Amino acid sequence: MKQIAIVAYQQTDSVSDAGAVNEVELIMPVLARTFKQAGLKSAQDVGFTCSGSCDYLQGAAFAFVAGVDALGAVPPIKESHVEMDAAWALYESMLKIRMGHADSALIYGFGKSSPGELPIVLSQQLDPYYLAPLWVDSISLAAMQARIMLDRGLITERDMAEVVSRSRRNAMNNPHAQLSGDISPEDVLAEETYLSPLRKADCCPVSDGASAMIIATVEQAKAWGLPYVIISGIDHCIETHNLGMRDLTDSVSTRIAANRAGMNAGKVDVAELYAPFSHQEIILTRALGLDEGTSVNPSGGVLAGNLMMASGLSRIGEVFNRIVKGEARRGIAHATSGPCLQHNLVTVLEQGENA
Amino acid sequence: MSQEKNMSDDQDVITGIKAPVYLKYNFTAGAAPARFLAQIKKGVLTGQRCPKCSAVYVPPRGSCASCGVATEEEVVLSDKATVQSFTIVSIPIPGNPIQPPYIIANVVPDGANISFIHLLSECVNEEIHIGQRVQAVWKPEAEWDYAMDNIRYFKPLDEADVPVDRIGKLPVTGLEG
Amino acid sequence: MANLAAVVGIGQTKYTTKRTDVSIAGLVREAAVNALKDADLTWNDIDAVIVGKAPDMFEGVIMPEIYLTDALGCNGKPMLRVHTAGSVGGSTALVAASHVQSGTFKRVLTVSFEKQSESNAMWALSNPQPFSTHLNAGAGGYFAPIIREYMRRSKAPYNVGIKVAVKDRLHGARNPLAHLQKPDITMQEVEDSFMLWDPIRFLESCPSSDGACAMVIANEELATKAPKPPAWIRGVAMRSEPTMYAGRDEVNPQAGRDCAADVYKQAGITNPRKDLDCAEVYVPFSWYEPMWLENLGFAPKGEGWKLTMAGATSLDEGGDIPWNCSGGVLSSNPIGASGMIRFAEAARQVRGDAGAHQVEGAKLALGHAYGGGAQFFAMWVVGSQKS
Repeated sequence: MKQIAIVAYQQTDSVSDAGAVNEVELIMPVLARTFKQAGLKSAQDVGFTCSGSCDYLQGAAFAFVAGVDALGAVPPIKESHVEMDAAWALYESMLKIRMGHADSALIYGFGKSSPGELPIVLSQQLDPYYLAPLWVDSISLAAMQARIMLDRGLITERDMAEVVSRSRRNAMNNPHAQLSGDISPEDVLAEETYLSPLRKADCCPVSDGASAMIIATVEQAKAWGLPYVIISGIDHCIETHNLGMRDLTDSVSTRIAANRAGMNAGKVDVAELYAPFSHQEIILTRALGLDEGTSVNPSGGVLAGNLMMASGLSRIGEVFNRIVKGEARRGIAHATSGPCLQHNLVTVLEQGENA
Repeated sequence: MSQEKNMSDDQDVITGIKAPVYLKYNFTAGAAPARFLAQIKKGVLTGQRCPKCSAVYVPPRGSCASCGVATEEEVVLSDKATVQSFTIVSIPIPGNPIQPPYIIANVVPDGANISFIHLLSECVNEEIHIGQRVQAVWKPEAEWDYAMDNIRYFKPLDEADVPVDRIGKLPVTGLEG
Repeated sequence: MANLAAVVGIGQTKYTTKRTDVSIAGLVREAAVNALKDADLTWNDIDAVIVGKAPDMFEGVIMPEIYLTDALGCNGKPMLRVHTAGSVGGSTALVAASHVQSGTFKRVLTVSFEKQSESNAMWALSNPQPFSTHLNAGAGGYFAPIIREYMRRSKAPYNVGIKVAVKDRLHGARNPLAHLQKPDITMQEVEDSFMLWDPIRFLESCPSSDGACAMVIANEELATKAPKPPAWIRGVAMRSEPTMYAGRDEVNPQAGRDCAADVYKQAGITNPRKDLDCAEVYVPFSWYEPMWLENLGFAPKGEGWKLTMAGATSLDEGGDIPWNCSGGVLSSNPIGASGMIRFAEAARQVRGDAGAHQVEGAKLALGHAYGGGAQFFAMWVVGSQKS
């Protein structure tokens, strides 16, 4: 199978309210930077374009249609869209390249969550007959999951606080982070609980922003003369929607996806995990069997800023950045969707020749 | 003791439940539309020009959709326009007082290169045609808001038709300009 | 080069205004089970599931695939959700095909659906936006002016749309799954029907339907062993262009022309009218048949209507290139599924499995979908032979 590599990645700052910008205005600057990084001009210069977004974030149907206005899609381009995180847009793009219908692809994800009440909005992605009418918000579901973990003695509140502390400290080196600072676990534990047992700091912030990536066959990346990082594996897996039928203290689907993506074929220097809640980072780290040898969420992860529909792609982009900078040779990125880590995607990234 | 009888035997067939969804959003139009709305509140129709291909977009949405670059330069447009095409609608718009049959038209204001949808009125519906000249009929100034509805509708002008190949290409001074 | 892939199973629901007897999950599962039965397979034979539907606001469920995984036997497998507006059913089929054509999977299930009766679709499409006038005149209000421009350019007689409306409903009467069953429809009846958006009459418009369509797509090895004849995927193409830009030809969009040229090239088609045996094309308003006949290269510019009027696209008139033998979108329109139904019906034709609306001896067929402001296009060509 064709080897595919990442050659460019950019994201906006993660901000609590992007203000008076619409979809096009949110996307265009980050696309421009991404094209520049790859030495390209527009979507005309890649073989395929795929985006990820969710209409309900900003409350308008066909949000992605406006996104096309940012691409320079005249003459018409090969383009598609997933109503998912853009990490899955990357997945779709890889299939297109593997089948030989493109040598390169632009992937972007965008989300403007600030116009609505995100946790409430997400309650409407639950079973429409049994769960959605109860308006169970996404934070409450995660709180129940954390409660199970605590009650079974699988974690302590201090473990959670340590995740938060490390995220904020790591985020101090991330110019795009929304939340960062030299905060100790004690500082976190001193906070009052928000939705018991979660403190506000245990929950990712609501953010506006976008990210974009360009991938290409290794041949194409070499022809462009760009440093590249090889995507050596990518896989994803969904679990039952019925929370009562899942072991919420584990993430079986993450493990399956990681195994299928070939994570265990080598050492994992860095892992960027899409854990919107502190305890979920622990679940994911354990499900993947990561130890001290792996740097987990050196960017601060999504606890430092969560670009809905782009955060999964951003995790991959963060690992790309580490490898390009020479801080790591091999890493994994994880993306999630659905309540309590229902659907998970794992990407394995490896240093290319001239990265 | 367990009941032998199946509980569902006694129940009505359920074909639906009511689960209304209420979600509140603070909608923002975007930076380019906000500039447009600020002008239309003053009774001025503006477009934005693409720095690359020079096309003028109205209402501006922030980019030249063709080139994929931001439109910056603001252009004041005429409130005279040309009918690019239209339809006579015979069904009411929910919540709108306008009564059918009414005309929805794609109109291109002089000085712009793309059309937007608006109402035509003060006309004989059957006489409207592609290339027809029209002009905006504004609400009273006191009612102007940050809204396209400041233009109540467009009405026919007693001017020569615009040849089809020139629709969307007129300068702000119109056909004779 | 893409790996060979083929449709080995097709399942649809009956299309109707309201399916009150099933939930959303029940609806998609019905189509999926029918597709598995048609392929003589079980859930365990499926490696991944690809779901498509139009805006989530149609049902009021955000990313419904998250909840539908249980009904679609997808737990433990990859699930992908596509959304490309009205073309989504077609795009979803293409994304599903790419799972196999890329060599990544052996056999996948794809499902598209819409259960518009669950919500208020008119509302979903018409959130007021401050910079445009609030004219919720429906999709017809958007497309009617474009049709008017086509009529001006082509000088087509007023009754071309009426003829298509009759033709597709007569086709639909041959298809027991079609929503509208109008075996006795006449030109006069269509002409006398209410003028909604001049020049579009009520009977020249598509209905609003509940329904789902599913397909199983397999690789060459498995398709060769399939119990029923496979429909080999001979070409796949997608194109997008912005909704509005200066100089855009809305009547004859370049994205449609480019998409067709791409898919024909892959399938070795040089003369679509001659080389193809039939086509399932997204025609939600009757006038779009002559418009797409030109856009897709079946007729020279300005002459699509002549094919329609000559009966070339009619099964009942023995036309040489029947379009929408299933009744098309004019007979059934579960929006998110409508594109996939076109793709599936094209496959049924080349499998020789289209029942009373079979085109005799069909070997090569086109499936077509479009969406947004006629700006997103998805197409495939399927054949009874591999090449």
